Amino acid sequence: MSDQTLNPETMPEQPERATLEGKNKFLGFWFFLGGETVLFASLFGTYLALRNSTNDGPGAEELFGLELVFVMTMLLLTSSLTSVYAMYHMKNNSFGKMQLWLGITVLLGLGFLGCELYEFYHYIHGEGFTLRSSAFGSAFYTLVGFHGGHVTFGLLWIIALMVRNAKRGLNLYNAPKFYIASLYWHFIDVVWVFIFTVVYLMGVI
Amino acid sequence: MSTAVAQKKGFGAFIWDYLTTVDHKKIAHLYLVAGGLFFLVGGLEALLIRIQLIKPDNDFVSAGFYNELLTMHGTTMIFLAAMPLIFAIMNAVVPLQIGARDVAFPFLNSLGFWLFLFGGLILNCGWFLGGAPDAGWTAYAPLSTVSPGHGVDFYVLGLQISGAGTLIGGINFLVTIINMRAPGMTYMRMPLFTWTALVTSTLILFAFPALTVGLFLLMFDRLFGSGFFNASMGGNSVIWEHLFWIFGHPEVYILILPAFGVFSDVLSTFSKKRLFGYTAMVFATTLIGFLGFMVWAHHMFATGLGPAANSIFAIATMAIAVPTGIKIFNWLFTLWGGTITINSAMLWALGFIPSFTIGGTTGVMLAAAAADYQYHDTYFVVAHFHYVIVGGVVFGLFAAMHYWWPKMFGKVLNETLGQITFWTFFTGFHLTFFIQHFLGLMGMPRRYWTFLPGQHLETGNLVSSIGAFLMAIGAIVFVINVIYTSVKAPKVSGDPWDGRTLEWSIPSPPPHYNFKQTPLVRGLDPLWIEKMEGRKGITPAEPLDDIHMPNPSILPFIMSLGLFIAGFGFIYQVDNLSYLWLVILGMGITLGCMLTRSVKDDLGHHIHKEDLEKEGAEQ
Repeated sequence: MSDQTLNPETMPEQPERATLEGKNKFLGFWFFLGGETVLFASLFGTYLALRNSTNDGPGAEELFGLELVFVMTMLLLTSSLTSVYAMYHMKNNSFGKMQLWLGITVLLGLGFLGCELYEFYHYIHGEGFTLRSSAFGSAFYTLVGFHGGHVTFGLLWIIALMVRNAKRGLNLYNAPKFYIASLYWHFIDVVWVFIFTVVYLMGVI
Repeated sequence: MSTAVAQKKGFGAFIWDYLTTVDHKKIAHLYLVAGGLFFLVGGLEALLIRIQLIKPDNDFVSAGFYNELLTMHGTTMIFLAAMPLIFAIMNAVVPLQIGARDVAFPFLNSLGFWLFLFGGLILNCGWFLGGAPDAGWTAYAPLSTVSPGHGVDFYVLGLQISGAGTLIGGINFLVTIINMRAPGMTYMRMPLFTWTALVTSTLILFAFPALTVGLFLLMFDRLFGSGFFNASMGGNSVIWEHLFWIFGHPEVYILILPAFGVFSDVLSTFSKKRLFGYTAMVFATTLIGFLGFMVWAHHMFATGLGPAANSIFAIATMAIAVPTGIKIFNWLFTLWGGTITINSAMLWALGFIPSFTIGGTTGVMLAAAAADYQYHDTYFVVAHFHYVIVGGVVFGLFAAMHYWWPKMFGKVLNETLGQITFWTFFTGFHLTFFIQHFLGLMGMPRRYWTFLPGQHLETGNLVSSIGAFLMAIGAIVFVINVIYTSVKAPKVSGDPWDGRTLEWSIPSPPPHYNFKQTPLVRGLDPLWIEKMEGRKGITPAEPLDDIHMPNPSILPFIMSLGLFIAGFGFIYQVDNLSYLWLVILGMGITLGCMLTRSVKDDLGHHIHKEDLEKEGAEQ
C-alpha cells in the first residue's frame, strides 16, 4: 500500500482524498478551520468592543490610509487565486506547474507581509501608536497581528512543502499536505476580507 | 509483535514505550494516571479548604493561601482531572465501540496528551515558584490582571498549553467517529457513549478557541502591557467575562455529556435491555450541545447586562432542562422491566440519577435571573455546581472505570471494595454539599476564607467538612482497589458483563490492532444481535489480511517540552528580558519538531497476515 501511495502509477481524480489518511486530514483540517473561525470571531468581537477606546491617542480615522491596504488586499486576494491554480495543476498531476503557482503564491504572500510590516513600522515610529497606547491599540495589533502571524506560518509551511517535495514530485502521501496548506491559505484570505472591512473600511468611513 | 515483545522489555523500554506511544489504548492509560494524580491533588486542596472552614474564625491557612487553594482546586479539577479522565475513557472506548483499529490522528492523539500534561505541570509549578494562581478559576479581570507575583501567569500559560492539547484531542475524535466507523456502523447505530463523545468533541472545537483568545488577551495585559481589561487605557473587563463564559458554559456540557453516555451504556447493559428511547437520547444530546452555546450570560446575571439580555439567557437556560429531563426519564424507563444487576458500576449510575436531578433543579432555580441576584456568589451556587459536576461527572467517571476496567486491563475491579467506595463517597458527597444549599441561602458567601461565629453557620460547615473526609476515604479505597485488583484479581474473558456493544467482542485487554478483522455491524447493540442469533462473535466484514498501523514517535513529547520551556520564558521575561532566550529556545524546539514531522515521511508499518494467524492460534 505504501508503495502505491508513494509511487502511484495513475493519479486518481482527487489525490488529496484517495487514501484514508488523506480523507482524515481533509476532514480534520476543515474542523480545525472551524475552530480558527471562533478564534478570529472572538478577536473581532474584542476589536469591535474596543475600537473607539482610543484613550486620547490616535484613532482609526487618523491612522489608516486605504491606499496601502488596497494594495495588500489585492496581493492577498491574487495569492488565493494563484493557489487555486496550483491545486488545479495538482489534480491534473502536473507537478512542475503546481510548484510554479505555489511559488507565485508565496511571492505574493511575502509582498503582503512586507506591506504589513511597513505599516506597523510606520504606526509605531511615525505615529507613536503601539500595543500599549490604548485599548484600541491593543485590540488592533492583536487582531491584525494574529492574522499576520497566520500569514507567516502559512508561508513557512508552503515553502517547507515545496522544498521537501521538489525532487520527488507528487504522490498520494504529499497531495493531502499540499491541499490542506492551500485550504489554510484560503482561510487566511477570507479573514483578511473581514479585517479589511471591519478594521479599515469601517474605521475610515 | 505486540504481546511477545512487551513481555521481554525492561523498565527503561517500558518508559520509552509510553513516551513514544501512539496507541489509543496506551494513551488512555497515560490520561488515566495523569488525570488520576491531578484528581488526588485537587482533592487534597479541597480537604485543606474544608479544614479551614471546619470552625468559625479558623486560622489553619492564611487568607492569601486560601485564595490559591480555591483557585487551584477549581482549575485542577476542571482542566487537569475531569477533562483528562474523560479523554482517558474516550480513548479507551470510542475506537473499540465503532470497530476501528486506531484513531484518525494517532500522532496528534499523543501530542494532545503531552500538551495537557506539560500545561498542567506549568500550572502547578506556581506552588513552588512564589505562589500559585489566586484569582479564582474564572480569573476575572481586573483582579487577575493586577494580581501580584507570577501566580496568574502560571494559570495563563498552563491553561493555554493544555487547552491546545484538548482542542487537538477534540478534532481527533470528531474525525475518528465520522471517518473510521466499521461497515454498517451508521450514525444511528452508534452506542450512546460514542454519540456523546462526538457531541462533546464538537463543543470542544467551538468553545476552546474562545478561551484561547481570552487567555492571550490576559497574557498580553499581564506580560506585555496591553490594555484590554485596563479601564485607565479604555479597556473593558467585561470582555474577559464574555470570552471566559463563551468557553466556560459549553465546558460544563463537555464534561457532563460523556458522563451521560457512560450511564446510558451502563444502565442498558445491566438492565439487559436496549436503551429506552435511543433516538430521543441522541436528539437530546445534540440539543443540549446546541443550547450549551446560547446560555453563557447566565453566569453574568449580576454583571449588569440589563433586563432584556438577562431574560433571554434565563429562558434559554431553562430550556436546557427539557432535553435533560428527557434523558432522566429514558434512563428510568430503561431500568423499567429490565433484568437488573446491581454492581459497583450500576450503583454509580443509580446514585447519579437522583443526585444529578437535584443539581438540575437548583440549576433551574439559578436560571431565574431575578432570584439569582439573591443566590449569586453564595454557597448555593457552590452546592449547585458540585451537585452537577461531582454528582454527574465524577459519578460518571467512577461508573465508567468500574464498567470498562476489565476492557482496559483485563481484570474486574474488586466488588466489595467498589461498593465501599460507592457508599462512603456517595454519603460523603451528600453530606458535604446538600447542607451548602442552606448555608448559601443563609447568606454565606463563596470564596471567603473564614466565617464569623454566632451566625448559625457553624453546624452546617462542620457537617460539610465531615462529608469531605468521607469522600476522601472513598477515593482512597478506590486507589487501594486498583492496586489490589492489579495484584490479586484473576484475568477475565473479553466479555465479563454479557455486553451489547462492539468493545466486548474482542479480548481484554485488546491486542494493539484491536480488531483482527473489521467487524460487520448489523444494527444497534451489534454484539447482542449476534448473541441473539446464536453466534459467538461478530461477523467479520473482511477476510484476514495485513493490518496497517502507525509508527510510535517521540516528537509529541519534545514538541510539548518546547512549549513548556517557552512558557517559563514568557512568564519571567517581565523580570529580566534575557529570559526571552528561553522563549526562542522553546519555540525553536517546538517549531523544529513540527518541521521534522512535516518533512519526514511516516508511512506506518504492517502487521502481517501470517503473524496474525499465529497469534490467533496462541489465544
